[in-house]
Amino acid sequence: MVTKEDIWDLLSEIPDPEIPAISIVELGVVRKVDIVDNKYLVSITPTYSGCPALNRMENDIKKELSKYDIDFEIKTQLFPPWTTDWMSQETKDKLENFGISPPTKIVKCPQCKSSDVELISFFASTACKSMYKCNSCLEPFDHFKCI
Amino acid sequence: MNFNTDFEKYIARLADSNMIMGQRLSELCSKGPYLEEDIAISNIALDYLGQANMLYELLKKAGGDKHSVDDYVFHRNERNYYNLLLVEQDNGHFGKTMTKIFLYSTYQKILYSYLSKSTNDDIKAIALKSIKEVDYHFKHSRAWVLRLGDGTQESKVKIQDSIYELWRFTGEMFESDDVENNLISENIISASNTYYDEWSKIVNETLQEALLTEPENVVMLTGGKKGLHTEKLGFMLAEMQYLPRTYPNAKW
Repeated sequence: MVTKEDIWDLLSEIPDPEIPAISIVELGVVRKVDIVDNKYLVSITPTYSGCPALNRMENDIKKELSKYDIDFEIKTQLFPPWTTDWMSQETKDKLENFGISPPTKIVKCPQCKSSDVELISFFASTACKSMYKCNSCLEPFDHFKCI
Repeated sequence: MNFNTDFEKYIARLADSNMIMGQRLSELCSKGPYLEEDIAISNIALDYLGQANMLYELLKKAGGDKHSVDDYVFHRNERNYYNLLLVEQDNGHFGKTMTKIFLYSTYQKILYSYLSKSTNDDIKAIALKSIKEVDYHFKHSRAWVLRLGDGTQESKVKIQDSIYELWRFTGEMFESDDVENNLISENIISASNTYYDEWSKIVNETLQEALLTEPENVVMLTGGKKGLHTEKLGFMLAEMQYLPRTYPNAKW
């Protein structure tokens, strides 16, 4: 018998398609797992409204859960809007180790940890990040925007 | 495809403005002045398309699931599009594009902050989601208005011309009509004409700081909310809709 906890465990194994260092659960995209009419209802929320990775995440969830004998459905929910506040300290550490400055008010270079940094652009390789340059080690880096 | 209720008509206006804004900006994908700005413009375009998608999903639900999101986007002619005239204007030079994003994102910031208090849960959710994205569009475009206005003689002349050119399309944002009345009385939306003072204050302060002149006594052009457009929209829809209309049900 598959339990809700089992579903959460399986979902925690699915990496974020753009930032494979963290899972879609750690990112905060998976909001709820409910049982409705003997079916598991997995609720997901987009990080940004136009995030192209959401479809991919939905497919990855389908692929993962279909390996087991699980009756499920995936639903998109918009409220409450996704926020980086949902990320745990552990997740933020993983991002930093991966080379992405985590969503904190004070931006630090993930390479040399200096806070002498300069904003290059509010927008970067994915919707959720902005681009910075470190004035100490001169490395450019991505910063996860606080939203 | 007709919209029967005021709710549908109002949502179509919001959805169409975001859709056209996103499509127009997408034209610059891979053509930005330099890489970082190319990425910024594409990201902003993506946000607009995402917001349009959420609104079309709501429209679909309100219309009893009779049409798909693609039906709304690809199978309506310009007379059935209800976007603001401002967003269909061409990109022109970089300064004009940034002016357009600045004027529109200032309006959207105010619009969404009111809609986030809506009694309709779907509208509220979409507004709360979108406002976080719009905040970045606003900051980015405002920074460029300041830089270009208080920049070189050439950048100043160019962006000032864009402001004069686009100003005539701003009045429409604050135009209220019958479609809004019932929705206002049910506290689903607030009246467009109440946004003007806040918008004007932000725009005025920014232009002053950028050493630019705010146009005065401009005759405003309107009609987009009723499906009456400038000549720009038809060409754009023709390009955007060609493939799905010529090859119905085409798949990637």
